[in-house]
Amino acid sequence: METPEQIRERLLARFPDAAVSVVPNPGPAAQHSLLLGGPHARLIAEFLRDLPGLRLDFCSNVSGVDWLDREVVDVRTTSIPDPAGGPAKLIEQKTKRVQPGYLEVVYHLYSMELRHGPVIVRLRTGNRSDNVTLPSLTPVWRSCEFQEREVFDLFGVVFSGHPDLRRILMWDEFRDHPMRKDYVEPDDYEWEPTPHGDVLEKAKRHYPAAAQAQAAQEGHKP
Amino acid sequence: VSVSDSSPLESAPGPQVRAVQDPFHGDLLEVSMGPHHPSTHGVFRMNVTLDGETVVRLKPVFGYLHRNHEKIGEGTSYLGSMPYTDRLDYLCSMTNNWAYALAVERLAGQAVPERAEYLRVILAELTRLLNHTCLAGFLLQDCGASGTPLMYAFREREKILDLFESLSGSRMMCNFQRFGGCRTDASPEWLAAARALTDGYGAFLDEYEELLTGNEILMARTQGIGRLPAKLAVSAGVTGPMLRAAGVGYDLRKVDGYGVYPRFGFRVPVGEHGDTYDRYMVRILEMRESIGILQQALGSIPQGPVTDPKARLRGFRAKPGEVYSRIEGPKGEIGFFLVSDGSPNPYRYRVRPPSFINLTVLEDLCVGHSIADTVVILGSIDIVLGEVDR
Repeated sequence: METPEQIRERLLARFPDAAVSVVPNPGPAAQHSLLLGGPHARLIAEFLRDLPGLRLDFCSNVSGVDWLDREVVDVRTTSIPDPAGGPAKLIEQKTKRVQPGYLEVVYHLYSMELRHGPVIVRLRTGNRSDNVTLPSLTPVWRSCEFQEREVFDLFGVVFSGHPDLRRILMWDEFRDHPMRKDYVEPDDYEWEPTPHGDVLEKAKRHYPAAAQAQAAQEGHKP
Repeated sequence: VSVSDSSPLESAPGPQVRAVQDPFHGDLLEVSMGPHHPSTHGVFRMNVTLDGETVVRLKPVFGYLHRNHEKIGEGTSYLGSMPYTDRLDYLCSMTNNWAYALAVERLAGQAVPERAEYLRVILAELTRLLNHTCLAGFLLQDCGASGTPLMYAFREREKILDLFESLSGSRMMCNFQRFGGCRTDASPEWLAAARALTDGYGAFLDEYEELLTGNEILMARTQGIGRLPAKLAVSAGVTGPMLRAAGVGYDLRKVDGYGVYPRFGFRVPVGEHGDTYDRYMVRILEMRESIGILQQALGSIPQGPVTDPKARLRGFRAKPGEVYSRIEGPKGEIGFFLVSDGSPNPYRYRVRPPSFINLTVLEDLCVGHSIADTVVILGSIDIVLGEVDR
């Protein structure tokens, strides 16, 4: 099967203005992947599905990955020549910058017809808060239907063009996205109305107004 | 109750409503099947819209058994997730273990000794036997044949579970595979018992098939019901016996050739019609092939260790990287997608659940059939809610 680099070149020959890059995988599995820019993703997906010699007709797996903001240290080395003629002096300049986080959706594609794969395609959102829309690939591969709903439910990626984008595993009234790395479980998840000391403590933390009212009432008692 | 033609149910998106010429045409009824209906194989729910008894729309509702397995996997070590994989598809813990162990081995570049590879094949094929036998029993139970077929199936299943128990200590939650091999070695007595079971299984299948395969009621209830076109099956990511019943001969044991499967000769049964009967039949034929694989593997299992001496279990870390690895489970392609950032826990732990994705086509299969057929079609998809909801 073709390498990701070869596939990238074929994609760029067909879509010259598309943003396609190869993401290397340093692990022993060496499953390198293709990172696609958002606007062309669905056209590229259709192209990959129908391309002779590749025919990726089977989208096996769709997974979300949450990447938080990361602090990256850039090291810049400058060499200053010694005027006295000695060895040049090397100065290392370290600058810290924050690489903004994003949500990533990874598609594992195979060909049932030609029996090869996987070709791994990734899409990334602009950030983790307000720019989380990606094109849905459900019109290309029907198997994405439930899996994209799951990514929407658990990660909060909004898929534009999905025929039925609803929560799938959590209930409809649920507000958060539990697979995000910074998700905090509410502390009254397993709240039970029995007056154990630690339960009452939790209730005080969680319903401060009620606790204050109760304290005020107790204060007025004769 | 009369519903006018501009009912929101009719204008809702979904498959085309079949025109029926009867005085009650247009009166659609919405039924919530499940989550506690005995035919839904656990806590699965379907919102079904009916025209008379005919299904015009069906929306599955998931999540009643959701515990966010994947989040638990991110919070525990690589090895710590192994017992949790038993609880995905709780009928097939051995194949779940293998799929997960294989993914971690590929992530870390870990080798597996020969004997362990054979033992894994033996356990996976035994799992396939018990899963398919139970499926046939459940399917007949859903058709209304209460008792006999299911009890026959459970009698045989119990023999396999006895083998699992004597090897791993647990009937269903085996927690048996490790990164770089298996947890314990199989004794010669165990292998002899597995051999005896394998040799006797063909006779049981003959008996079972005599009871079921030519059964007029089974044929009437399943033939031509819930046809799955091959093109839709491929596009919808349907895998396993359901895909092969639709006529696509795609078996990962052949395609990927993982483990030592290339050493064994076996055929891949493929259906012709893609209906519920084919889905039953493909599984019966697959069991016959599994018996052949078991006989070859039990006859040629080499001596040696079952764990790689270099394998690390405690304090296991994988180098940064990621892997997607899949095997042919009894229900379809079970895969694990792991992302490592070099820490003791996986950064991302994703399960590709075969029965969840096979349910994508449930609505397409059921529309146009009666509500009673829905139960049979669902039975032939072979779902386990521990895996669907995770």
